[in-house]
Amino acid sequence: MPAQRTRFYQVGSFAVGNRLLPPERRSVQAAPDRGNALTSGHRACRGCGEALGARYAVDAAISATGGRLIVVNATGCLEVFSTPYPETSWQVPWIHSLFGNAPAVATGVAAALKVKGRADVRVVAQGGDGGTVDIGFACLSGMFERDDDVLYICYDNQAYMNTGVQRSGATPPAARTATTPVPGNAFGQGKNVPLIAMAHEIPYVATATVADLRDLEHKVRRAMEFRGARYLHVLVPCPLGWVTAACDTIRVARLATESGLFPVFEAERGDVTGVTKIRRRVPVDDYLRLQGRYAHLFGDPPRTEVIARIQASADRAIRRFGLVD
Amino acid sequence: MRAESPGHRDVRPSSDRPGRITPESMEFRTRIHGRGGQGVVTAAELLSVAAFLEGRHAQAFPTFGSERTGAPVVSFCRISDRPIRVREPITEPHAVIVQDATLLRQIDVLSGLRPDGHVLINSTRTPEELGVSCWTIPASEIALRHVGRPLPNAVLLGGFCAVTGLLLLESVQAAIREAFPGPIAEANVAAAGEAYTYLREVVRA
Amino acid sequence: MLRQMEGSQAVAETVALCRPEVVCAYPISPQTHIVEALSRLVTSGRLAPCEYVNVESEFAALSACVGASAAGARVYTATASQGLLYMTEALYNASGLGLPIVMTVANRAIGAPINIWNDHSDSMSQRDSGWIQLYAESNQEAVDLHVQAYALAEELSLPVMVCMDGFVLTHAFERVDLPARDQVDAFLPPYEPRQVLDPGDPVSIGAMVGPEAFTEVRYLAHIRHLEALERIPALAGAFEREFGRESGGLVRGYRTEDADTVVLALGSVLGTVKDVVDELRESGVRIGAAGLTTFRPFPAHAVRGLLGSVRRVVVLERAFAVGVGGIVSADVRSALADGGGEVFTVVAGLGGRPVTKASLRRALTADLEPLTFLDLDRELLAGELRRAGAKRRSGPSAENMLRDLAGGG
Repeated sequence: MPAQRTRFYQVGSFAVGNRLLPPERRSVQAAPDRGNALTSGHRACRGCGEALGARYAVDAAISATGGRLIVVNATGCLEVFSTPYPETSWQVPWIHSLFGNAPAVATGVAAALKVKGRADVRVVAQGGDGGTVDIGFACLSGMFERDDDVLYICYDNQAYMNTGVQRSGATPPAARTATTPVPGNAFGQGKNVPLIAMAHEIPYVATATVADLRDLEHKVRRAMEFRGARYLHVLVPCPLGWVTAACDTIRVARLATESGLFPVFEAERGDVTGVTKIRRRVPVDDYLRLQGRYAHLFGDPPRTEVIARIQASADRAIRRFGLVD
Repeated sequence: MRAESPGHRDVRPSSDRPGRITPESMEFRTRIHGRGGQGVVTAAELLSVAAFLEGRHAQAFPTFGSERTGAPVVSFCRISDRPIRVREPITEPHAVIVQDATLLRQIDVLSGLRPDGHVLINSTRTPEELGVSCWTIPASEIALRHVGRPLPNAVLLGGFCAVTGLLLLESVQAAIREAFPGPIAEANVAAAGEAYTYLREVVRA
Repeated sequence: MLRQMEGSQAVAETVALCRPEVVCAYPISPQTHIVEALSRLVTSGRLAPCEYVNVESEFAALSACVGASAAGARVYTATASQGLLYMTEALYNASGLGLPIVMTVANRAIGAPINIWNDHSDSMSQRDSGWIQLYAESNQEAVDLHVQAYALAEELSLPVMVCMDGFVLTHAFERVDLPARDQVDAFLPPYEPRQVLDPGDPVSIGAMVGPEAFTEVRYLAHIRHLEALERIPALAGAFEREFGRESGGLVRGYRTEDADTVVLALGSVLGTVKDVVDELRESGVRIGAAGLTTFRPFPAHAVRGLLGSVRRVVVLERAFAVGVGGIVSADVRSALADGGGEVFTVVAGLGGRPVTKASLRRALTADLEPLTFLDLDRELLAGELRRAGAKRRSGPSAENMLRDLAGGG
């Protein structure tokens, strides 16, 4: 029987590392000497996808760099819940400047390290979708264009959550937010930043979700193998904003990928180098029904034409990225 | 001017040189008119460097605007034996240099000229043909022969020395050498020298 | 070394002598020659080690400086006008984080209407940003102030903006004594940050501070600015001892000892003012000038000491508070409140209009209103005000005036 690649799925949020695996294939979180960059005591909501994703991502970055890491954080949920003055949950050197300038601040940090001959210390910039897709977009593009040695991680919960769930350039069509009340966000809008990042032809672009944390870790470590501008776009459901049960964060993220609405892939210098195939495809309904922000689609009568449009976009993504054999 | 300056030559004004700065104002004011792309700004800067090399104080600046070739440009140069503090455009010049004679129809280039003021115009025509009381010199043509481009500024500065007696030709030539790379500098130096010789004869006559 | 050179070039050469490690550049008139010169210095290796970063906006320029400074590098950037406004958020961020960034502001008017010429509205608009503001009277002083600025910034952990008049100074060729490398090295030790991003000693910088502590943090910023009022004259004194010339400081008087009237001003217009003072003194007028080098923090005590017994203080400003009057005047009035003389505001040189000796002479030898706009074209205004009175129309005044002049409705 040919060797079969075994995938370890997360179940809820408890399955972390795995003693059955050789050490180098275990989750960073399984290591007792992990960086624990985002340690306990932060003030995130229960079920926060961003806290989960950030912990995995930054610890993976620490593992990949031997702890030689500086983190730049945009204004947003992650920054706010992790540094309630006078406390901080960060155990790495960390700076928060403004909402729209995390990529530029990171550019500056990288330049300083380079001029001081400390390019062994790497730089990670991170922010939510608002700080990345909208207000930080010019700085992001500038950092990409210069190919500055920065890994930028976007934790995408698809709205301005920290300020009360307002629409961002990453809010999907039909989603209800505080500034796109029912019937929800318009179709035909929105930015696909991973594709835009690829258009800059930077060394590495990848997408990931908190449904496959091992994959997220792998992509962070892969990104750290490159020098130059790198971009990681991570889907992180927000129970508050998506109106999902706190225990459903990982399940919802998985449904986003299995429906085709959130393609998971890697790209280098503008060319897709790998995709995560959908193992068991689901209709978008299964994904949408779990979320209160789409509840208006399932009323009486249901908005079937809207759901059909969403389904069509999922179909297109599947075709475009070859997610289903 | 972007060339690095190696420093100034320590040249003091000597009493037997005919440089004059009018007693009542203690400063000699030159205004240069031309069009963008003709080196009007550089001309004023070169004048100021030449004065500096003679141990004098000098201030040069242009009227400022967005970059645009062909548009009228004015630059100014004050030269004094005392530090210059004032910073207004020159409205009562002791000398006016016109790098582009077509401006005569467009702009009152001689506005505010002092009664004893000097006018030097880049033109192949005579003052009579221009209808202006001035000195003329075909600076573009001289530049074309020496430098290969009709850039009249250095040529006119050589003529300026002859007409006003304010600065030594050698100072202007040293300024040119500081501003431009080797062969271009020498070509401009030669062109300035030709203008100086030409106009010195005309002035004496 | 004595040189005859453009102000921008002189500043660039001097900044290079200060050994910035990261330079962030975004071009805007009239600062372009400075950043261009620095790029040549870096490319040629004359300024090394230095990372020169071409950023995509002024907001990015100052943000990158924030990051580089927090990581322990000495940094530099320059801007003007719209660019300063575009980086406003980062200005407050830099001062709030206590980062010793030095920035040149090539003073230029702020639009609308768009105007690329010199006045002080840009830096004045940021007077409360927490940055120290120094104003250069000449290109020599501009050069000197940059050296002092780094020393001051790094001592106090405060950012400093060195203001020099756009075009009037940046693009003027004049005599400058450039400092020598070893002199600057002796005056300016290497940057040793108090708090730095270092994996060996992690800190979190930029936390959210709530109502329970915010006031104290802001009060500390205030205290540091008051400290600056002591350090600035001390540094100017040290500079004079090392470099042999008077430069910087808080405020300097010119022929103020027995003056009945003193004209207080900032920046390059002081040169013209001093010539007018000399001329008026010739005809027996007891007039002097005061050059304010430090505007923020405002040296109230020094101003009072210099002008407290002067009957008429005329504050000549290249900016104004719309609907109110003078900006600097307000601080001067406050400083002279107790028993000082009368303060008059003359707004001049807006948007690059030359401030001439003739106009100043006229204004200073006449009876002054509390607020005067020098060289106002009253005819043009009368027509426009008449028409606006007859028929109100929205939109920009500049374009409306043209439409009215062309006979439109």
